[in-house]
Amino acid sequence: MSLANPDAKGISVKQKVALATGFIGFFILILALFNTNLPNKGVFLTIALGLITAGTILFANNAYLTKLEGIKNDGVWFKSLSSRGVLGWLTGVGLTTFYIILYFYAELLGLGTNGEANTGLIALFDPLSKLLSGNPASQWFVYGTLYTIAIIAFGYKFILKYRHNKYQQIRTVSVIFFQTAFAFIIPELMARLNTENFSLPYNDLKNMWPLNYYAFDGWRVDQFINAQTVGLAFLIFGILLVFVISPILTYKYGKRWYCSWVCGCGGLAETAGDAFRQLSDKRVSAWKFERWMINTVLVFAVVMTVAVISTYLGYDANKYWFTKNVFLISVVVFLTALLAGVIFFKRDQLNKTALVGAFAGYSITIGFIALIYFFDINQVKVNAAYFSFGLNTKVYNLDAALRSFYGFGIGSIFSGVIGTGFYPILGNRVWCRMGCPMAGILGIQQRLFSKFRITTNGGQCISCGNCSTYCEMGIDVRSYAQKGQNIVRSSCVGCGICSAVCPRGVLKLENDSLQGRINSNEVLLGNDVDLMDYVNKN
Amino acid sequence: MEHIVIIGNGISGVTAARHIRKMSDKKITIVSSETDYFFSRTALMYIYMGHMKFEHTQPYENWFWKKNRIQLKKGFVSKVNHESNELIFSNEETLSYDKLIIATGSKPNKFGWPGQDLEGVMGMYHKQDLENLEKYAPNSKVCKHAVIVGGGLIGIELAEMLHSRNIPVTFLVREDSFWNGVLPAGESGMINRHIKNHHIDLRLGVNLKEIISDDHGKAKAVVIQETGEVIDCDVVGLTAGVSPNIDFLKDSGIELGRGVKVNRYLETNIPNIYAIGDCAEQHEAIGNRRPIEAVWYTGRMMGETVAQTICDNRIEYKPGHWFNSAKFLDIEYQTYGWVFGQPKEYEQQFHWIHEDDTKCITVSYHKDSKEFLGINTFGIRMRHEVFDRWLTEKKDVDFVMQNLSTANFDPEFYQKYEKEVLSAYKNSQLQTV
Repeated sequence: MSLANPDAKGISVKQKVALATGFIGFFILILALFNTNLPNKGVFLTIALGLITAGTILFANNAYLTKLEGIKNDGVWFKSLSSRGVLGWLTGVGLTTFYIILYFYAELLGLGTNGEANTGLIALFDPLSKLLSGNPASQWFVYGTLYTIAIIAFGYKFILKYRHNKYQQIRTVSVIFFQTAFAFIIPELMARLNTENFSLPYNDLKNMWPLNYYAFDGWRVDQFINAQTVGLAFLIFGILLVFVISPILTYKYGKRWYCSWVCGCGGLAETAGDAFRQLSDKRVSAWKFERWMINTVLVFAVVMTVAVISTYLGYDANKYWFTKNVFLISVVVFLTALLAGVIFFKRDQLNKTALVGAFAGYSITIGFIALIYFFDINQVKVNAAYFSFGLNTKVYNLDAALRSFYGFGIGSIFSGVIGTGFYPILGNRVWCRMGCPMAGILGIQQRLFSKFRITTNGGQCISCGNCSTYCEMGIDVRSYAQKGQNIVRSSCVGCGICSAVCPRGVLKLENDSLQGRINSNEVLLGNDVDLMDYVNKN
Repeated sequence: MEHIVIIGNGISGVTAARHIRKMSDKKITIVSSETDYFFSRTALMYIYMGHMKFEHTQPYENWFWKKNRIQLKKGFVSKVNHESNELIFSNEETLSYDKLIIATGSKPNKFGWPGQDLEGVMGMYHKQDLENLEKYAPNSKVCKHAVIVGGGLIGIELAEMLHSRNIPVTFLVREDSFWNGVLPAGESGMINRHIKNHHIDLRLGVNLKEIISDDHGKAKAVVIQETGEVIDCDVVGLTAGVSPNIDFLKDSGIELGRGVKVNRYLETNIPNIYAIGDCAEQHEAIGNRRPIEAVWYTGRMMGETVAQTICDNRIEYKPGHWFNSAKFLDIEYQTYGWVFGQPKEYEQQFHWIHEDDTKCITVSYHKDSKEFLGINTFGIRMRHEVFDRWLTEKKDVDFVMQNLSTANFDPEFYQKYEKEVLSAYKNSQLQTV
């Protein structure tokens, strides 16, 4: 191959101006980070965020509106940023560093500790935080604001990129809406309702357990209960969401209703992360690892939550209506009924590996519950320094240690540092694919109890590989399409990009009847009808 | 153990190998001089455009072949000796077989144009063509202008490829409208306009006279037959169709026409030798099909069929209803059944085009019996399974037009056009009655 640079197009003058605009905004944030004394922080914050947004919008306008509508993947594998080149690695290192500082060294960002005022970057965001919630900013407010800006700005870019595709546009408007309203503005405004004798925890209504692993932490549940009607309503909604609303929606539409329409992690992945979707690993070995990994995290999330809840129930049963033992027994009954039901009704769809995995997960969970039931596990003390690289040196009871380890290992390192920091290396959905326990649950529902599938259009597949390449979940879509099989995979988040990039109109996301949803016919449409019958019989 | 040797690791040969493996324990060897592993030829364009890397075009991971005990041999077969059941390679190596499947595909046509073998002149079929293009047209600085000769599916793909790297393209098409040997006038016209909207310099009704060389044996310009106009260029793409890649079989005793002659069982005149895919030529065309079908899908179907015959279930190649697809820059095209560019005398066509000039359909039906014969659809995806069924059931055209929404395969939330199409159809019926 030639040594000449194939990406001859480079970027246009207008795109350079747009990039410069965005970088000036970014530079203001850097100045603030290094404690430059910016007068009138509100104005500078507005300018900084405004320039970043404007830069992205200008860039997108020039990149897409100057061309006819259609698939815009030219040069993806020539660009350093999107093909694990130098820019990709630098971005990965930069993002990873940012996440580590955010989670573990927030004081470096200027977080005021012990009642001191914020300084640096966090102080820059004080005016906006005071405007919304009335309180000074925290590192999470800074993160939330930048996160929302990223989804809005890159969401706009995505909508232009797919301006021929209504499904992509509507879906993107949806993630922008849920991030901006539900994850950001509403909880911030609700903080204003808090008074001395009334307070609600920061509550993103759509953030379900177990993605929201702290949903049923003692202090949160206490706050909800103390907040009377409103608090209880939120608590009950949170439980209904997991056990009623989500299963119904997943049955009707597949897990996409959450993962690529509502979820904040999904929202960022689909917008700011869109440029990295082709980097997901498509090997069969990666799929094997994924199944093992995500279900392990799910089991961990369940065990940790049960330990946490049973502990505070053990302290004061009157306050929570039922006792620790009633709770533990209900969990065992529920899980046993669930497993028995699945095995009985879906026995023809479960292969040996699935059964082994289900029994292993079930046994570990039940074993652990028995341990909690018969022993006072909180006699066991754990020094968090062992698992937090010395970042946390407190000594915890076992339940709190589990909770702390989960928060550190899964909540911070996996979903944040690796999940987002490694976008330019591992692709934009590595957390959703390998780690998210919510995606794990929804995936099991989608595989076994859903009308959703990606339909393959008869014999039209030419095995080109665009669908597999651009699948952010690393599904080898082509391997199904070229056999004429529908794609019914638990990991599929229904982003619809495989269908969009297919040059021959082979793939369609559908909610259709359960009959014929999983078709394993080997011979494709188009050949001799008798031959097809013959082969399918064998 | 019976040794099945397949020459060619394209879709035909690989499909045959996979199906033989599924049904038997025979020893299988696939020979190719092009690449180590099977890749999707139709995806070559996306590598140049930067949508994919070469490895993405390989449908199976590299361990697949060993696991399925399919041996891969890289080498160029220069001769087939059917008397000793032996292949002779260009490096004098030999390989014996019990049964031989020839699946060597096509090669780009060259019609004896002066300068057709100069450097910088290439087809777009093999992986080597892609490497050649990468060498002569890596960007618009090295290749300031490219000329494409021949207005078929590969030609427009090559135009799209070069366009993706901002290389100005002049596209010489012999016909007076793009691909109108296949597409009805309305569709062909729409594609003409779409090509021009992409700022590709489409020249209709012109022929190549010659390619002019510079001092180093590299192409520097082309001359147009009709006008004598000289167009400077650094790369010339020859995309005037393909023909069977069978030069190595000359004087082998295997009966050849334009391709390897086969009967309906895909058998050649030599008992244990078969031919499938682009390189096979039916003694008599099947239905409306051509004797040589250089299409991905037919290659695959022949592979499925010949595998049965080799595994002692001798069956005829009996393809179902015709279908095909392509993409013209941003416009997807699918066809089911038969819609002819020049309507047959029994054929009536209904054409609808959307006002945005990127979507249209043409429905063909029998003018007396009203039987539905086929549909071409541009910019609207349709379901293969539904049309296949309607063709089998010989539905009449009114039924098809009224139930068109059943066949819609566009993504969710896409605008639907069936009502508009139906009312246009009804109007057309009133006018013709």
